[in-house]
Amino acid sequence: MTDLDTFRAETRAWLEANCPAECRGPVASDEDRVWGGRNATFPTPAHKLWLERMGERGWTAPEWPAEYGGGGLSREQAKVLASEMRRIDAQAPLASFGVWMLGPALLQFGTEEQKQRFLPEIVRGEIRWCQGYSEPGAGSDLAAIQTRAEDRGDHWIVNGQKVWTSYADKADWIFCLVRTDPEAPKHLGISFVLFDMATKGVSTRPITLISGKSPFCETFFDDVRVEKTNLVGTLNRGWDVAKALLAHERTMIGAMGEIGGGRPLGQVATGSLGLDDGGRLDEPMLRARIAELEVDAAAFRLAMERTGDLAKAGQAHPAIASMLKYYGSELNKRRHELLMAAGGSDALEWEGERSRGGATARDWLRTKANSIEGGTSEVQLNIIAKHLLQLPGA
Amino acid sequence: MPLILTEEQTMLKEAADGFLGEHAPIAHLRKLRDERDPDGVSRELWRAFGEMGFAGVLIPEAHGGSGLGAVEAGVVAEALGRTLTPSPFMGSGVLAATVLAGGSDEQQAAWLPKIAAGEAIVSLAVDEGPKHAPARMTAMAERSGNGFRLNGAKGFVLDGHVADALIVAAKTGEGIGLFLIDPSTDGVAVERTVMVDAHNAARVTLTDVQVDADALIGSVEGGEALLERALNLGRACAAASLTGAGDQAFQTTLEYLRTRKQFGKLIGEFQALQHRAAHLFSEIEIARAAVMGALQALDAGRDSAPLAVSVAKAKAGRVAELAVQEAVQMHGGVGMTDEFDVGLFMKRVRVLNELLGDAGFHQERMARAQGF
Repeated sequence: MTDLDTFRAETRAWLEANCPAECRGPVASDEDRVWGGRNATFPTPAHKLWLERMGERGWTAPEWPAEYGGGGLSREQAKVLASEMRRIDAQAPLASFGVWMLGPALLQFGTEEQKQRFLPEIVRGEIRWCQGYSEPGAGSDLAAIQTRAEDRGDHWIVNGQKVWTSYADKADWIFCLVRTDPEAPKHLGISFVLFDMATKGVSTRPITLISGKSPFCETFFDDVRVEKTNLVGTLNRGWDVAKALLAHERTMIGAMGEIGGGRPLGQVATGSLGLDDGGRLDEPMLRARIAELEVDAAAFRLAMERTGDLAKAGQAHPAIASMLKYYGSELNKRRHELLMAAGGSDALEWEGERSRGGATARDWLRTKANSIEGGTSEVQLNIIAKHLLQLPGA
Repeated sequence: MPLILTEEQTMLKEAADGFLGEHAPIAHLRKLRDERDPDGVSRELWRAFGEMGFAGVLIPEAHGGSGLGAVEAGVVAEALGRTLTPSPFMGSGVLAATVLAGGSDEQQAAWLPKIAAGEAIVSLAVDEGPKHAPARMTAMAERSGNGFRLNGAKGFVLDGHVADALIVAAKTGEGIGLFLIDPSTDGVAVERTVMVDAHNAARVTLTDVQVDADALIGSVEGGEALLERALNLGRACAAASLTGAGDQAFQTTLEYLRTRKQFGKLIGEFQALQHRAAHLFSEIEIARAAVMGALQALDAGRDSAPLAVSVAKAKAGRVAELAVQEAVQMHGGVGMTDEFDVGLFMKRVRVLNELLGDAGFHQERMARAQGF
């Protein structure tokens, strides 16, 4: 047996013994995801146990260094872990902007002290983060942010407003872009800072979306004190951190449809519409569209894996995350259009037990934001045209 | 296994691209076509393919090949897709070589070394109707005397008009048999079909063709599995060729966007074209990953390999189709001229898409495998 085979056998045995039955199978809806944090909620006590067990091994962040609480796994080992989790249909123990976005940026740009302080808490799911990027006047043109941080010696005083802050009302801390030099060209006067959402002067207001839900907030800063030790990276060069983090965010959003853990589309459709005598979905036109999507989805999963492999080998262009973001979010929108078609009029129900509160319809509407948040599809195409294709004037 | 080429595989890719770029660029295809070459394919180039070790990439070292795997065969197929080179590689080096590897010692010894050396062309005859549908095969092989009597009509037989031997798939009472047949046998009629892309195939008609029992490759019971193995390798390699052709058409188009001026600007400055190019880039990257995934799955002998192959062939086919449409459209009027190469890519991609199952065929397999 190779080392990897041994690792697979051990991982399989450990997962079998430690992944509770309640944490296997598709995640019923977005509400059932475990986000952790000070005020963490769990759909069942088993989910709490599952997070604790995985967090202890660092397997909520399998490839982070063990010294910061991560799993310390090689890329090949992490792939084995993922495939073994898929084998038993294990749910992700933790959904976390800390794991997906901030952590990788801290590993790259953070001070030793910042890494020691924040990464282990992120791995164990004890801290929930939100992202202070967009502002009313800075959407696609993100570098136009106006939130100001005034220098007061050992700290800054921050004033301004963020918007589309995901789960700001539920987050413990924020990673935030602020303008520290109003005189400099727009990309060169931005800094990347961290602060507690419980700090005096921070307030949030949820925004109700077309799904009827409020995953996003407006976030207001009114004379908020931010310690200078919470600056990540170099003063006024926060754009570099922001861009690196955006690459992780884009990869995450792109992967959303594929790591969602929902039931396969064909299964949903046959459950809803039945099979014909030949064992085919009894809706030939829909069947063809689903098959086409499943081919695209399978190919896309391989592209995500390949991009990770290229990155590990030092051969990936940083802008490749834009390709994953663009493609994955468009794919996820298509998937949910087909889920609605598969559900027919059943999927139109907006309230009540039977439809789990209109989950299918609400999830469908939620996906429309995928190609807007984290940079619109059009912004991603601009980035691909400029940085990957070197087209003139792009 | 990382989904990227190893160092050795990268060297093979550079060797294949370098060799074809020098000895068989698109001008080679044009010459065969314009001079109405009687074979439509160069035997001399096939021998050179043997000398370079490309022809026998899948053939065991004991039979003069290099004993490599699907990924390496895909590397060669992708290179052939880039230069549009007519070559017996797919028909002989991939399909026939895989079938023959399941044959007797005598059959292997008779043909594999010659294929590896680029001396022999062996064609696999499977398709019958206009679409690839091996499950609907009607060609029959009945037990007769000490062997079999074959009847049926085959089409889209790659290089069949110049084949030194044919491998014919036919139904027997017990399963599918694969029969090694000399094309000069009584009752075998071969008609060359020049295709839209100036590559060649043949229609092969078998009328009461009598063969000995030792013409059977492997066993009747194992024939279907052996055929399926060869077809899956062929499909994955066709997907690699599609990626090569689609990407080359895309690269040519990018170059045009960077140099062609209209309205006093480079046309690549227009966002309408930038976004279409960026979309196409994304599609090509995803197709490339799907092809690599399929080739590696075949090499690892995974149970999921046939499905991975269908994903690759369907995806690479649709993406290459988009790439050549965009290539002609973005080139404008010159894209419609015979003088510019982009039209040749469009033709080649149409043929590769039809070869061994189009996107519809493979999406059907996907739906079946997923139970809907």
